[in-house]
Amino acid sequence: MPGKLKVRIVAGRHLPVMDRASDLTDAFVEVKFGNTTFKTDVFPKSLNPQWNSEWFKFEVDDEDLQDEPLQITVLDHDTYSANDAIGKVYIDIDPLLSSEAATVISGWFPIYDTIHGIRGEINVVVKVDLFNDLNRFRQSSCGVKFFCTTSIPKCYKVVTVHGFVEELVVNEDPEYQWIDRIRTPRASNEARQRLISLMSGELQRKIGLKVLEMGGNAVVGYLQCFDLEGESGLVVRAIGTACTLDKLSNPSAALLPACNSPSKEIKETPFSEDPNPNTHSSGPSTPLKNQTYSFSPSKSYSRQSSSSDTDLSLTPKTGMGSGGSAGKEGGPPKTLLRQQTQTALEQREFPFFTLTCFPPGFLVHVGGVVSARSVKLLDRIHNPDEPETRDAWWEEIRQEIKSHAKALGCHAVIGYSESTSICEEVCILSASGTAAVLNPKFLQDGSLDNYSEHRLSRQPTYFSTGSEKGEFDFFPLSKDSSSVLGLEEPSPPSCGFCHIPYDELNMPFPAHLTYCYNCRKQKVPDVLFTTIDLPVEAAVTGKGCLIQARLCRLKKKAQGEANATAISNLLPFMEYELHTQLMNKLKLRGMNALFGLRIQISVGENMLVGLASATGVYLTALPTPGGIQIAGKTPSDMTYEQHISNMQKKINDTIAKNKELYEITPPKLFTLDPEVSTFKGQNTEISEEVIGSPIPEPRQRSRIFRSHSESSDEISELDLSHGKKDAFVLEIDDADAVEDIHSLLIDAPLPAGFYSCNTEIMPGIYNWTTGLQMFTSVRVFRLNNVNLTNQGLNKIFNDLCENLLKSLYFKLRSMIPCCLCHVNFTVAVPEDELIQVAVTAVAMTFDKDQAQESWKASVDKALMKVIAENEEQLQFPLELCSDSPGAQLFSPRKGTGLLESASAQAIPGAQRATSVEYSSFANRCNSWIELVKVKALTIRRGSIKTTSSLEKASPQAEGHARVRSTTAYTGSTITVVKMTPLSFIPGAKIIKYVGIINMFFIRETTSLREEGGVSGFLHAFIAEVFAMVRAHVAALGGNAVVSYIMKECVFMENPNKNQAQCLINVSGDAVIFVRESELEAIPVQPQTTSSQASNSGADVTT
Amino acid sequence: MAMELDVFVGNTTIMDEDVYLLWLDGYTVSDAVSMRMKSGILEQCGASQDVLESDTMDHYRTFQMTERLLHNPSKLVNQLLFQIPPHRQNMLIERWGGGAAIVKITVQKCYKILNPFSPSLAPSLPPSLALTGRYYAFDEAFVREVLGKKLSKGTKKDLDDVSAKTGITLKSCRRQFDNFKRVFKVVEEMKGPLVENIHQNFLLSDRLARDYAAIVFFANSRFETGKKKLQYLTFEDFAFCAEQLIQNWTLGAVDSMVEDMDVDLDKEFLQDLKDLKVLITDKDMMDQHKSLVCTALRGKLQVFSEMEGSFKNLSRGLVNIAGKLMNNKDVRDLFIDLVEKFIEPCKSDKWSLNDVRLFLTQHTNSVRALDAFKHQAVWERYMRVIQSCILKMYHD
Repeated sequence: MPGKLKVRIVAGRHLPVMDRASDLTDAFVEVKFGNTTFKTDVFPKSLNPQWNSEWFKFEVDDEDLQDEPLQITVLDHDTYSANDAIGKVYIDIDPLLSSEAATVISGWFPIYDTIHGIRGEINVVVKVDLFNDLNRFRQSSCGVKFFCTTSIPKCYKVVTVHGFVEELVVNEDPEYQWIDRIRTPRASNEARQRLISLMSGELQRKIGLKVLEMGGNAVVGYLQCFDLEGESGLVVRAIGTACTLDKLSNPSAALLPACNSPSKEIKETPFSEDPNPNTHSSGPSTPLKNQTYSFSPSKSYSRQSSSSDTDLSLTPKTGMGSGGSAGKEGGPPKTLLRQQTQTALEQREFPFFTLTCFPPGFLVHVGGVVSARSVKLLDRIHNPDEPETRDAWWEEIRQEIKSHAKALGCHAVIGYSESTSICEEVCILSASGTAAVLNPKFLQDGSLDNYSEHRLSRQPTYFSTGSEKGEFDFFPLSKDSSSVLGLEEPSPPSCGFCHIPYDELNMPFPAHLTYCYNCRKQKVPDVLFTTIDLPVEAAVTGKGCLIQARLCRLKKKAQGEANATAISNLLPFMEYELHTQLMNKLKLRGMNALFGLRIQISVGENMLVGLASATGVYLTALPTPGGIQIAGKTPSDMTYEQHISNMQKKINDTIAKNKELYEITPPKLFTLDPEVSTFKGQNTEISEEVIGSPIPEPRQRSRIFRSHSESSDEISELDLSHGKKDAFVLEIDDADAVEDIHSLLIDAPLPAGFYSCNTEIMPGIYNWTTGLQMFTSVRVFRLNNVNLTNQGLNKIFNDLCENLLKSLYFKLRSMIPCCLCHVNFTVAVPEDELIQVAVTAVAMTFDKDQAQESWKASVDKALMKVIAENEEQLQFPLELCSDSPGAQLFSPRKGTGLLESASAQAIPGAQRATSVEYSSFANRCNSWIELVKVKALTIRRGSIKTTSSLEKASPQAEGHARVRSTTAYTGSTITVVKMTPLSFIPGAKIIKYVGIINMFFIRETTSLREEGGVSGFLHAFIAEVFAMVRAHVAALGGNAVVSYIMKECVFMENPNKNQAQCLINVSGDAVIFVRESELEAIPVQPQTTSSQASNSGADVTT
Repeated sequence: MAMELDVFVGNTTIMDEDVYLLWLDGYTVSDAVSMRMKSGILEQCGASQDVLESDTMDHYRTFQMTERLLHNPSKLVNQLLFQIPPHRQNMLIERWGGGAAIVKITVQKCYKILNPFSPSLAPSLPPSLALTGRYYAFDEAFVREVLGKKLSKGTKKDLDDVSAKTGITLKSCRRQFDNFKRVFKVVEEMKGPLVENIHQNFLLSDRLARDYAAIVFFANSRFETGKKKLQYLTFEDFAFCAEQLIQNWTLGAVDSMVEDMDVDLDKEFLQDLKDLKVLITDKDMMDQHKSLVCTALRGKLQVFSEMEGSFKNLSRGLVNIAGKLMNNKDVRDLFIDLVEKFIEPCKSDKWSLNDVRLFLTQHTNSVRALDAFKHQAVWERYMRVIQSCILKMYHD
């Protein structure tokens, strides 16, 4: 008897007219929780009833408190006939169960009806009294906090990261039950909404139990999805990362400007792993009867010992080959290495982390993207309490991911996510993540304090000197892992994550390695692909940009196994092509790494649609990408050659333009060795030689910002240096290649003033202003032409995405200069000839001028000096030491360097740290690169073509002063609620998390035309969903939703019947934020910030 | 191959002012798109026509959804469906006293801007215009057509003629007409000051609320404004007159506490106006009145002789108008009577505005010296309005 739920119905407003005769409504309210129902009195003849009810009290188990939603129904009293329902409100009371979230839910909620939409509002107050100590109730997991955010939430510090938690529950879909034939659409929709709400509650409770069992108190990076499997049922599944979080209670920390706090928090809160990783894995499988764990810890332990190779060969029970993903195991020596790298981490079942941002130093190396896909045939779930099949499916996939990671010499997978695509009875399960090596010392108890001290004392030095020397001992504790990997020295954080984790003599796939361009000590790959966010400390040149690969493939209509086989066979080719496209587009932008990579493959009846999105950046540590070289297969024809050279020119121009656009001015190396440019296949050795050549003294190793004029004559001289880099050769030997090239060039350039990325923040932009506009845009395209070719289809799909982006840019033009962040595309093939693309993103304004001024004023000075000093040496190798941007820029100034760089650090920190607290990792080619290599007949690495890059010194922004938008708050009774898919709000500090938002809505109409057609219908529905999210957040006392995500938008229509139905599932974290004071919004003044920085530094050390 | 569905929804509702105006003016999406294209917006943003179409569609849908709320602006303030930016809402609620001129200008400007043949669309309109204000703004040309007409279905049916005559789209005419009617319906039976009521219920700016008060007042008493002789008068002239009438001749004018509205004229007062006839029927009194006026104005008036000549006619005209006002029908003809009986004769004698002002002032004040006249209060209440109306209406 652990809890008492109390509900009070206060009033209603704007109710619809239910009685045509009087144009009024006789409204009353039913309040239901579990099986108990209370009613208010009827408030006659009013559209704005004042019930002012008593407190309705429900005495319930806390298990029910977690599972059940509070259901409020507003009805119109009718004396003679049945009462008419006006609409409902479902309230998830979970936030009230945690002492650290909201204490009361109180506010106006839209009254929602699945047929009519929002019909008025109701004012409700909800409270919960929990009677006993929470810890005593193990059946429930009250008090476990859930966060959608994929980083450590702002006002918390992490004590321990326990690891991966997952769970799934299944049920029959009410829409497919026999009763659905006789009940109204409304009843059916409501049954579904209620069921999913119930299942989410149950799922969350079960995950909470697992977390408690592991000794944690929170789930971070919680991702819950549902699969509508149609006839075979409804699956709600979730993954997350269990952590032990501590609320930051230090008031001084809370009072510090938002900008500094996150990074500071990190310093204070080094990561730790579960102190006794073995305890829970050897424990009893689970104390619960109704457990649906597919993998109990003990089970996992035994599984662990079996070689991953055998796991890989597991095939689905349906007999389908597991499609996609081609991770091949490394050779025997590799296995040895892997055994050596066994750490505490590896003893857990799945060393997976749904987080995409980590504290600095957590990540040692990144191997690359690992992904696995599997095609399954859905069958009816016979016993919902034992969803073994689904569990087994996911286990297979996860094992595969794990073995891929091992093949890359990594023992963990970070930025992990899972998804499905269902069409009729075929289901594609996908999982992807980034293989990584984590600092093993982080995973053990006792080393933390040590470590944090180290960090704290070193941090200032590190940033101020800007040389690598001081950093060598920076990771004193990571030696274990590095020695294991055959490395002698730990790596600096700005590039360490880029260094390969695998043995270069036994690479899991052919890759091209060079010495790190930052530290010159270790090998780095030429290209890095990852699913995580860009680590804060990573050294980046220029800005990033959104890169998408799009692909459609026709497929014959088929049934059952034949269909699944066909899909399985297509998948590898799609992955390969998507990868090629990504690679090409990356090179076209002169960049060398992808972050936040997300590949979605959706299945339809007669086609597969693939969409890969990522944010491209130029990592300073990685080699400059070579250009793209077009080679004709039959170079006999003059016109043909002409054609090719035209294309080549276009490509070269685009690359040059892009470099300018994204401000990519990579460091120049002194590599005028003529041999370099002529021998392919020897690159590794050659670069070794280069590295072997005397490394400049730290003081000389300052970054050269070349002015435009300088660059013009330098180009010819330094041209050869590019020869060392790979050129990417595209052979035009068939239509496909031509198509590829066209699609390469087809991407419209970003309009001036716009940037876009799909990660949390845009590399290279640090000075966000307060402008914030989250939006969702959905498009559905009908293909009327049945006889489409793959190419035609590709073009249509490509145009669809491009036009959508163009529309967004146009819509948001008033926000310029701005950046679209966290651009999240989802594709679906809802029907035979329909392609649906939905995008959710946030547009954020930033201050161009401020950036230039505050940075440039000092940078320029520094530059002038450097240039003057180094004038004579200019032709000589001046390699940049690129740590963090701040350190880079200020490093030349020795004397004042310390102060200045401290302030520089604070500036980006101010805006940036809020978002990306920590992290370090990197990664590298994914497992399917092998596939690429195997099949990539048209792509040849190592051919020697130089592409000269036209570079400018960082282009001067020709902007005009932007008027800071001062938001005047009105006396309106409605709280303005910000929504953003990011984990932070620019220019503001999150002071409290008031609860997780996880909402599911169905909307249906039988009067589609009257509601403005499909567009009118969906437009209204999305607006309603936003409104309901905002209302719930406001009722929890919050004023923003962070990490907002629209996980599902299933749209079905039947225009002939004038009907349409849509399901939307959204989630996010409701928070309270406070704006930074006006003063802080003003360009940061060096003095104040530097003092702040040092203050905070002092705080930290003491 | 076609775009089946295309929507964009922002957490903060994006409303483009230019598109809003096009929508208000009743242009179809395709018209609006072509007009926006002519404005050069595409070149500025490097966008293509389908982008513009999609954008315009989105805005139109948003406006259609907001329209329901605009019909009841007080709902707009605390609705949850659209998160309209705080500053915009602020403007919406804010009672911008100084907004009068802006609304006026905009009304005219908008119309000009949106003329399809005008080569350039205005850059951007003053941002201080509220959504509601815009929605309830009306076209001068339109309001002159319906001012004083009964706001009935019959009138609505004739709107296509109005549309043809004014060049305003039928859709826009209907919206404006519906706005008039909606406001009329709501405030018609309400207690308290008319302007205040409109202000409260529709959150209109002070100026716009006054204009609506005039429209409601005219529609209620059905004053004739459409006659050819009255064509030279602007809406502003009438609105001014309406304000005078409301302030002086309605029940509310005598006692603000009275449980009646500003809409109806004070019947008792109209009845009393009959008593003023003595001023023209009593010959002695009339002569005395004339001599008082002439003495006072001698040397001050440029048209003194003409005035002397027409004094009796003019005086008779003014008093006769008063005498007839007890009949509803004659009330309707108030303005035409003023023009015919007073303004036209003066104009034909080339009186200047100053002459008229001096004459009317003297004419009114001199009555005080007539000891035999017992109805000073009624006379002054009557003449206060007549004087200011005539002065307002006395122009070309």
